[in-house]
Amino acid sequence: MTDSPVLREGAPAPDAPDPQPGGIDKPQLGLAALVAAVGLFCIVGTWNVEAGFSGADPLGPRFLPRLVGVGLLVMAGILAVVTFRGDRGEAEGGEDVDLTHKPDWVTVAKLAGIFALNIALVDFLGWAITGALLFAGVARVLGSRTWIRDLIIGAVLSVGSFYAFYVGLGVPIPPGILDGIL
Amino acid sequence: MDALNGLMDGFATALTPMNLLYACIGVILGTAVGVLPGIGPAMTVALLLPITYNVEPASAFIMFAGIYYGGMYGGSTTSILLNTPGESSSVITALEGNKMAKAGRAAQALATAAIGSFVAGSIGTALLVAFAPSIANLAVKLGAPSYFAIMLLALVAVTAVLGASKLRGFIALFLGLAIGLVGIDGLTGQNRLTLGMPLLSDGIDIVVIAVAIFAIGEALWVAAHLRRRPAEVIPVGRPWMGKEDWKRSWMPWLRGTAYGFPFGALPAGGAELPTFLSYVTERKLAKKPEEFGHGAIEGVAGPEAANNASAAGTLVPMLSLGLPTNATAAVMLAAMTGYGIQPGPALFEEHGDLVWALIASLFIGNALLLVLNLPLAPLWAKLLRTPRPYLYAGILFFASLGAYAVNLQWFDLALLLFFGLLGLLMRRFGLPTLPLIIGVILGPRLEIQLRQALQLGEGKWSTLFSEPVAVIVYVVIVLLFAAPLSSRLIRRTPKEA
Repeated sequence: MTDSPVLREGAPAPDAPDPQPGGIDKPQLGLAALVAAVGLFCIVGTWNVEAGFSGADPLGPRFLPRLVGVGLLVMAGILAVVTFRGDRGEAEGGEDVDLTHKPDWVTVAKLAGIFALNIALVDFLGWAITGALLFAGVARVLGSRTWIRDLIIGAVLSVGSFYAFYVGLGVPIPPGILDGIL
Repeated sequence: MDALNGLMDGFATALTPMNLLYACIGVILGTAVGVLPGIGPAMTVALLLPITYNVEPASAFIMFAGIYYGGMYGGSTTSILLNTPGESSSVITALEGNKMAKAGRAAQALATAAIGSFVAGSIGTALLVAFAPSIANLAVKLGAPSYFAIMLLALVAVTAVLGASKLRGFIALFLGLAIGLVGIDGLTGQNRLTLGMPLLSDGIDIVVIAVAIFAIGEALWVAAHLRRRPAEVIPVGRPWMGKEDWKRSWMPWLRGTAYGFPFGALPAGGAELPTFLSYVTERKLAKKPEEFGHGAIEGVAGPEAANNASAAGTLVPMLSLGLPTNATAAVMLAAMTGYGIQPGPALFEEHGDLVWALIASLFIGNALLLVLNLPLAPLWAKLLRTPRPYLYAGILFFASLGAYAVNLQWFDLALLLFFGLLGLLMRRFGLPTLPLIIGVILGPRLEIQLRQALQLGEGKWSTLFSEPVAVIVYVVIVLLFAAPLSSRLIRRTPKEA
């Protein structure tokens, strides 16, 4: 289960992906816990769901959630065991992905923060504003240093998409604070 | 409806100016996103799902088909000009393709990939016309037990055959099934796993899931690992091939097609195995095997054809059985359900006009791609230099827009972030994303078939084995689990490559 994918071996691999040989991938135990939690949720969360008339639906609405839940619990257990035995997943590669460096979780946290801000403000300010901020903010976090230009591009995209959806698709995106202006 | 007549009607629909325009937009968009890192055809179709509110189904699917084939083309450009293939299906192309490009033969590598894709795509689509309707005809007669078994086969095959770790595949699949459970149970009308939130009663929109897993998860993952210095792009002029290149390419194209189509058409799908088999075959048959590893054109021509033929093959189970076996097909099926069209064996009968227009547009899109891509290759190469902050800011922007447009409520954006973080986790721990998406899409349909089968069988489990087709399919599933034996054989070979 730990073998790397069949075909990638022959591929022009970027330099060896940060191997840390031998060690236990401790965060993976967290993943196992998460999988177990989802499994438990499937079982407990459907505990009170009532079966229909037994004749019409012998299996009932609780069967699949329980099956899925038990499956997830069992697999979480297996994952925990193999993790202790030194199993680690193969992180996904890609054109822009450089696995030789330590992951930069600070950047990810900043992006998630910008995203959360967008969620909090979109109803009040409207997509035309928050979309532009989202674009400029993400570009900034990822290394762009031209605030003004980023904001202008973001604004063109967000206002443009507002009208494209309104006129082209007939989907009226709520204008938020700009109601009456857009 | 007779297949040829259907196809002619399909061409009549697809060749109207408006639909031709959609086909053009589709192939250009598809190629662009195939070229661009971090964004693929599945995500693009997912982002474009809002157009289904206002565009005719035929036009939408014509565009989606263009994106699907275009994405394949674009992917090969990236793997030839950059030494870092983005998708597993173009890993093999990169082997020889990038070596060719480094040796100054990028133009020939792109040409054999483009023309090979055209040849394979055309033959593959013709085979689709030949096989899909008759398979659908057979499948319509199947009862719930058989249909349940076939869906189970698709789930198991996608999960167990593709990817390195079965455990991780099944974890992803079961997480997908769990997500698919959220919402009102269709048969009893009761809420399941909604935490009492009315917003979750309709279930979690597949657009939100697909965009979150493919786009947000990918962008966050890339952000954590962004290259300090973008990979080097090899400059290229207009692709062309000399006489010698043609001579060395045409047989690999045909052989690659022969590998690709059947593998694509099987429920397991996947382009990894056929591209690999094609590569090995070409190396064995090559007149100058010593060139392999230094840029042999056969090693680009064969796998690229296999890749495209498999893309065509994937549409056989999708259109004839309603079974998606790759991410793009899965999202296209989601679009169908969005139109209130039930995917399944009855599709050819009930929505024949739509299906045939889609197939006809595959032929058209394939030709358009050849015409467009030979002259546009230098432009596509420039696209690879897009500043990364803008590229990923753009992806997050359009992902948010796509998810927001579904219901125009912030709640979907919150779900998007939640599942985007799940997508990030999956990439960190090597969980494959495809089984999760397929689980979300097929899970609810699987449950209904199972419950209906047991309804008709008065609750006896033996009813699941009451149809011969079902029994055969279960045997195949058992064999799939026994397959690691043979896959271990394959695993040994690439070391010599």
